[in-house]
Amino acid sequence: MTVLSYMDAITLAMKEEMERDERVFILGEDVGVKGGVFKATQGLYEQFGEERVIDTPLAESAIVGVGVGAAMYGLRPIAEMQFADFIMPAVNQIISEASKIRYRSDNDWSCPMVIRAPFGGGVHGALYHSQSVEAVFANQPGLKIVIPSTPYDAKGLLKAAIRDDDPVLFFEHKRAYRLIKDDVPDDDYTIEIGKADVKREGEDVTVITYGLCVHFALQAAERLEKDGIDVHILDLRTIYPLDQEAIIKAAKKTGKVLLITEDTKEGSVMSEVAAIIAEYALFDLDAPIKRLAGPDVPAMPYAPTMEKFFMMNPEKVEQAIRELAEF
Amino acid sequence: MTENRHAVSGLSDEDVLNMYRTMLLARRIDERMWLLNRAGKIPFVISCQGQEATQVGAAFALDQKKDYIAPYYRDLAVVLHFGMTTKELMLSAFAKAEDPNSGGKQMPGHFGQKKNRIITGSSPVTTQVPHAVGVALAGKMQKKDFVTFVTLGEGSSNQGDFHEGANFAGVHKLPVIIMIENNRYAISVPLKKQFACEKLSDRAAGYGMPGVTVNGDDPIEVYKAVKEAADRAREGKGPSLIETVCYRLTAHSSDDDQRQYRSEEDLAEGRAHDPVKSFANYLKELNILTPEIEEKFQNDIMAEIDEATEYAEQAPYAAPEHALKYVYAEQEEL
Repeated sequence: MTVLSYMDAITLAMKEEMERDERVFILGEDVGVKGGVFKATQGLYEQFGEERVIDTPLAESAIVGVGVGAAMYGLRPIAEMQFADFIMPAVNQIISEASKIRYRSDNDWSCPMVIRAPFGGGVHGALYHSQSVEAVFANQPGLKIVIPSTPYDAKGLLKAAIRDDDPVLFFEHKRAYRLIKDDVPDDDYTIEIGKADVKREGEDVTVITYGLCVHFALQAAERLEKDGIDVHILDLRTIYPLDQEAIIKAAKKTGKVLLITEDTKEGSVMSEVAAIIAEYALFDLDAPIKRLAGPDVPAMPYAPTMEKFFMMNPEKVEQAIRELAEF
Repeated sequence: MTENRHAVSGLSDEDVLNMYRTMLLARRIDERMWLLNRAGKIPFVISCQGQEATQVGAAFALDQKKDYIAPYYRDLAVVLHFGMTTKELMLSAFAKAEDPNSGGKQMPGHFGQKKNRIITGSSPVTTQVPHAVGVALAGKMQKKDFVTFVTLGEGSSNQGDFHEGANFAGVHKLPVIIMIENNRYAISVPLKKQFACEKLSDRAAGYGMPGVTVNGDDPIEVYKAVKEAADRAREGKGPSLIETVCYRLTAHSSDDDQRQYRSEEDLAEGRAHDPVKSFANYLKELNILTPEIEEKFQNDIMAEIDEATEYAEQAPYAAPEHALKYVYAEQEEL
C-alpha cells in the first residue's frame, strides 16, 4: 500500500497501462513536455517519448477524432481534454462517432478509447473552468461515463477504462486532484465499470452521489453520527449506464433518499437516478426523493461569494440529510 | 489523332479498361438504385453520378491490399474498387441483414467494411477526416507503410473537422491523402456562397502540405495526382490535399429536386461533362475500348446487377430485436 493523491493514482494508472500494453498512448494539449496543466501526465513524456505522449494542436475535435481513428485501427488512445468545459467542440466526435462506431458497423469496427477530462468547481475557475458537463453525455448508449471519487477507485477504474473495448468518458474532479489522498495497493488491479460502491453503511438515510460530493457526504455523515443519524452512502462511480440494481437496493435500505450532484439540478444525472427509484422502489420510500444540486444558472460564477453559494459543501449536505431524517 | 495520355502515367491498356469497367459498373449500380427508389422498393439513394472518374482514378492509384480509405457518402466507385461487391451494395440499398456496412442499420452510402479497410462512416459530414488522420497516426506509430485516403465534398471543406484534421496531419507529417470531390453544390448552395478562395487546394498552404486542383472528369489526371500523393506519403513526406472538379449529375439525393436551384443551362453543362461518356470516347478513339469489349462490359454488368438486385430483394431483414445488438462489446455473448 502507498498513500497516493487522486492525481497520482491517475498518473500511475496510465503509466502502468502504457508499460503493460504498447498500444496505449496519450494525446492532448500540453500533455507532453509540460506534463499536463494539472500535471496528470507528469513523467510520462520522459518515460515513453513524444510518439506515445503527443502534444497536439489546440483543437478538441481533432484530439478526439484522431483518437477515434487510432482506436478503430486497433490502438488504445487516451485523449485528454484540458478542461471538461472545453469538450464541447468534440461533442460531435464523441456522440456521433465514438459512441456509435460499433453499433453502426454492426460490430465490424469498434472504438476502444478513453477521453479524460477534469471537471468540477470550487477552484475559482469561474464559468468555464468549473462545470459538470456529464449530463450532456449521459443519455448516449454506446458510451460509458466514469467519475471516480477516491484515488483507489481512480486507479482501478482508469485501468479498466483503458482496457475496455468501448469508448469511456472519464471525468476527474479537479479539486480532488490534490485534496483527496488514499491508500492504494501497489499491485495491478481493476474495478469493474458499471458498478456502484457503498462508501458507508448506514440505516437511517441513503445518500447517492458521485465525485467530490462523496467526500462531502462522508464528512456530513460523520457529524450526523453524533446526533444519532446513521447515513448510508452509495457512490455511483459509473454514471452511464447506471447501476440500477445498486441504486434500488440502496434506496430500499433506508426508505429515505438524498441524491446529490454538483451539477445544476434540472436534467442532471440525479434526475435519472430519481426516476429509477420512483419506477422500482416507490412503495419502499418513507419520504419523497430529495435532490440536492447546484442552482439552475448557466455555470458557476467567479467571485468567492457566488462560487460558494453555487458549490456543494458538507454543510449543505448535512442540512439536507437532517431534513430527510426528521421527515 | 487522340494522344495516349495513360501510358506515360504508368497505366497499361488493361488498367484503363479496368478503370472504365469500374466507372461503368458504379454508374449502372447507381442508376439501378434510382429505379428501385422510384419504384418504391428502396427508401433512399445518394448518388456517385458525375464523380466516377474522380473516384476510380483515385482508387486505382492506391494499394487496395493495404491502404485504408475513409470514403464519404458518394464514393460508390471507390468502395467497389476496394472490394465491396455489387451484391453487398444492393444489400445495403435494401437495408438487409447481410449488408456488410451496417447490417441494415444505416442508410445506403454510409460505407464501412473492415476486411477491406473501408472505415465506417456517418452522416454528420467531415468527421471522417480526423479519423483518417488517426488511422495514419496509428500506422506511423506501428511503422506500417500504408497510406490513408479520405474524401469529402467541397461543402464539407468548410467544417471545422476538415481544418483540424488537415492541420494535425500536417504537423505530424502523416501519410494521409485528403481529396475534395468538388461537385459544385452543397445540396443547393453554389460555390460562390461556399468559399471565397479561388481554389480549395489553396488551403493546403495553411496546413503545410502541397495542394493541387485537377480535372475530376478525367480519371488519368486524378490517378496521377493521387499516385504522386501516395508516393510522397509512403516516403514519409506527409499529407497532400487534392481538389477534383467535377459535376453532380443527379439531385443531392432521392429526396431532392435540383430543378429548384439549378438552371437548365447548368444541368446541360453537367451532362456535357459526363465522365463515363468522355472516358469511353477516349478509349474508343485509341481503339482500346472496342465495340466487342463494350458490349461484353455492358452485358456482364447488367447481369451482375440483375443478380445482385434479385438476391438483395429476396434477402431477409434483420430480426426486429437485432436493433438491440452491438451497443457495447459484451453484448456479443447475448
